[in-house]
Amino acid sequence: MSLLEEPIRELGRRLRDGEISALELTEEALTRIEQLDGKLGAFLRTTPESARAAAMAADQRLRQDPAGSPILCGIPVAYKDVLCTAGVETTAGSQILRGFVPPYSATVVDRLSALGVVPLGKLNCDEFAMGSSNENSAYQATVNPWDQERVAGGSSGGSAVAAAARLACVTLGSDTGGSVRLPASFSGVVGVKPTYGRVSRYGLIAFASSLDQVGPLAKTVEDAALVMTAIAGHDARDSTSVAAPVDGFLGDLRSGVRGLRLGIPREYLEVGLDAQVRAVFEESVRTLEALGATTQEITLPTTEYALSAYYVIAPAEVSSNLARMDGVRFGPGAPDATTLRQAYEEARHRGFGEEVRRRVTLGTYALSSGYYDAYYLQAQKVRTLVAQDFDRAFAEVDAIISPTAPTTAFRLGERTDDPLAMYATDILTLPANLAGISGISVPAGFAAGLPVGLQVLGPYLGEATCFRVAQSFEDAVGVWRHMPPLAVAAS
Amino acid sequence: MASSPWEVVIGLEVHAQLLTKSKMFCSCRAQYLGLPPNSNTCPVCLGLPGALPVINAEGVRLTLRTALALNCEIPEFTKFDRKNYFYPDLPKGYQISQYDLPLSRNGWLEFEVEGRKVRGGITRVHLEEDTGTLHHSGEIQSSTFSLVDLNRAGVPLMEIVGEPDLRTPAEARGYLVALRQLLTYIGVNDGNMEEGSLRCDANISLRPVGTEALGVKVEVKNMNSFRSVQRALEHELGRQREVLDEGGRLPQETRGWSELEQRTVSQRSKEEAQEYRYFPEPDLPPLLISRAHVDEIRADLPELPTARRARFQSQYGLPEEQALLLTGRPADSSYFEEVVARGVTPQLAANWQLGDLQGLCNGANLEVETCKISPVAFSDLLRMVQSQEATAKVAKEVLGRAFASGEEPAQLIHQEGLGQVSDAKEITVMVERALEQNRQAAADYKAGQDRALDRLVGAVMAMSKGRANAAMVNQLLRERLPRAGG
Amino acid sequence: MQDGDGVPRAGSIALAELAHVSSLARLGLTAPELAKLAAQLELIVAAVGKLSGADISSVEATAQVGGLRNVTRADEVEDGLTAEQALSNAPVQAAGFLRVPAIQ
Repeated sequence: MSLLEEPIRELGRRLRDGEISALELTEEALTRIEQLDGKLGAFLRTTPESARAAAMAADQRLRQDPAGSPILCGIPVAYKDVLCTAGVETTAGSQILRGFVPPYSATVVDRLSALGVVPLGKLNCDEFAMGSSNENSAYQATVNPWDQERVAGGSSGGSAVAAAARLACVTLGSDTGGSVRLPASFSGVVGVKPTYGRVSRYGLIAFASSLDQVGPLAKTVEDAALVMTAIAGHDARDSTSVAAPVDGFLGDLRSGVRGLRLGIPREYLEVGLDAQVRAVFEESVRTLEALGATTQEITLPTTEYALSAYYVIAPAEVSSNLARMDGVRFGPGAPDATTLRQAYEEARHRGFGEEVRRRVTLGTYALSSGYYDAYYLQAQKVRTLVAQDFDRAFAEVDAIISPTAPTTAFRLGERTDDPLAMYATDILTLPANLAGISGISVPAGFAAGLPVGLQVLGPYLGEATCFRVAQSFEDAVGVWRHMPPLAVAAS
Repeated sequence: MASSPWEVVIGLEVHAQLLTKSKMFCSCRAQYLGLPPNSNTCPVCLGLPGALPVINAEGVRLTLRTALALNCEIPEFTKFDRKNYFYPDLPKGYQISQYDLPLSRNGWLEFEVEGRKVRGGITRVHLEEDTGTLHHSGEIQSSTFSLVDLNRAGVPLMEIVGEPDLRTPAEARGYLVALRQLLTYIGVNDGNMEEGSLRCDANISLRPVGTEALGVKVEVKNMNSFRSVQRALEHELGRQREVLDEGGRLPQETRGWSELEQRTVSQRSKEEAQEYRYFPEPDLPPLLISRAHVDEIRADLPELPTARRARFQSQYGLPEEQALLLTGRPADSSYFEEVVARGVTPQLAANWQLGDLQGLCNGANLEVETCKISPVAFSDLLRMVQSQEATAKVAKEVLGRAFASGEEPAQLIHQEGLGQVSDAKEITVMVERALEQNRQAAADYKAGQDRALDRLVGAVMAMSKGRANAAMVNQLLRERLPRAGG
Repeated sequence: MQDGDGVPRAGSIALAELAHVSSLARLGLTAPELAKLAAQLELIVAAVGKLSGADISSVEATAQVGGLRNVTRADEVEDGLTAEQALSNAPVQAAGFLRVPAIQ
């Protein structure tokens, strides 16, 4: 069995005991990537040289002070290509950033590096994080490890697949409307969307500024919680980051769910759930009840408006955030253009894929004269109502549970011609982004050979509750311990 | 010419860079002059993917200070917005500015023009970031490429929008002069129009006298001095009047002032009117401004120009004209006060500072605070004049030398023995010698030519290298040259 | 604030309007692209038009969740990028400046 099947604590023990070295662990990861990723397409680029250097530095640190080294020291990780990594090409899955080498790293990257992690490379994603299937990358496809004809989920598809296929111990993705939770659900791993402001966005290439959060994907809840503890916390460079103390993700982890009240939103069960997904969810509910939680139906009445509000706010913000992609300071640009307008239009037309152009157009339209009040302002008001729905719910229950997605992974190409159908994939995940609350997707089982995720939503700053429920569930069901074999075999 | 049927309506829009240490949304230096291109940036002001802004508290404080000095109302809630448009000097493709809930509104500025008191309303004062700078190859109309320097991108910029209350180009100039003085006084801006830290655009329209509706508004840009503001507006109003008198119509447009051609030129571009798609800046939480904070800033307001001018008249007994001149620039007034504080009588200090010292400064293109004569050195010299230790004439000369060399004027007098000669014996000796050597002058004077005395005084001065006590010389000469009849 | 006409128009996004939007966003969309986009956007806009069904005239808009206020920093200078770093990704430069075609 590969070392990468072990949870972080176990790996940490072996590293400290000298049973294995970080370099060994890294080499194993790099080998697995070589063997499997050709068919999976999770990595856009690997950085073997710097990975080995980081591993050797980690080994030295572990040798010198085993007891004092951070738990993440020597652990192989990888980052969604929307996170800036100094000296390493960062493209956000887009041609317009081809060759862009940031002169700085995202705060989350720096925080993990300080702890001695070993970054293996950058992970594929939907272009500028826009998509639910990872079919919008301008570079390559990322496919589902359980069925290569199916999508991995998006937009953090590469992050989910790398974690699922044990190519790295843990990965970072970003979640704006479900982009961590959804691919986690489709690919059979744990994925966390922190409370808005919990984790710094400095260095995260912005999609929708008021919705984006960086979150970990991992095979176990505890692994995700370990990384959350490392990356969360106030950052002076991000004015939207909160100063709330970072604790309790780990402390409460094994408190169990006895006495917790779990709410099941009526509206979430009415969205046209796949029968098998519904079955797995109902089984999950029974599991949690058997563990001592009580469940009750709750209502989130503005759910029907949430999708619409999201598809005004997110495109509006991204239309502005992507204005800096003008080919002047970075990217291939349009060196042959003879007028300024031509330079802008050529760089952006060539550089942006169809989905990006669609959303930038939609966003620009929504903000333009005559439409601002009807669209953008209206959507921000609906947002208030969505948040209030959750506030009311959390007065009655401690956490909210639901399937993460209405279906399992759909086929490649199935929804690419139908933007609305694609957008609807996020219907159960995006309300949490609008309200800014915390959420986690934890593997709940398999349906016809494909992973199904259970979503746990917690109140604002309530990650500890989400983790606690997810951990309890995982201890009882332990999907990660007995996964079916991947569709791709190591050759 | 018959009186014009047209009333001129002018409103000025002033952009002033704030004297903060760092930029508005990042920690790069706010001073960028003379730096190599693109050497004063960071991921934030360069607009790199993933970078985020953070509000500079001092930028907010200085804007609030300005707003209070301009009698504006400060709201309890204010926020930043994004103003979206594409231009090479705007790296993010949007400018962080303020749209509907600015830091202040509804103030006024009072000033004098041609002896009249004028009050110009202030619509709002808000805060935003400056753009980078663009250099064109050749003339802007015909260049093939432009060069971009982002050192200035992100510098804090305050926008002061004036109500269309000004009625003549002279009033516009007066408003601008008063505003600049106020801004330098309260320490928020250095008032430099040439280097671009203070910029002015004007909106000007004409309407029939007695009507209320505003005429077609023309925006005039590229006026780089007080004088060009007045000239540009005079030219523009003439141009508009001509068109309207002939029954023509004016397009609403932007025109640039050409200093070279001394006329305004249409800058109507092929672009449609800009559409900025303002929306609240999602990366910056809004600001709540407590009344206590406002009171604190108000209490901290330095003395304003009008108050200082009045005080100089009452406290120092200076005539209005001198008070005006001394308080025109805060540095001039502090210099003066430091000199007076060291024991020089105000009138003497005023005369010498506005006369001799300012003259030397003008000649060398310096200001009093940047020249080699410190207030301490100046006061030392003037006290010697005051106490008659040195004559005015010697003091003037020594001042000129010290101004150039950097030596202390008082020291020079002591070292070179240039002190005033007031010893009666010595004066007598010199007067008698002068009389002996200038008998014609003596005779002329006794005969009634008053002017002849000057020649005799001059002779004594020359003999004494300017050191003789002039009053004593005068008196002694008159005694020695009694005239018939007194 | 922009005047809203209040009623999102479903199924009637004029190509000219979309061309204007494309121009504002410097996307350089071609005529066929605009046509395809118009059809898709109409569907999205119709779906989004549901928003007008919500009775929320008295509801406050949420521009940001979390209710943070007064987040500022002290006026201090920190080292930034060198000119070399700043220009390291620029496709066209000249003598330390970024270079763009003429503004027209």
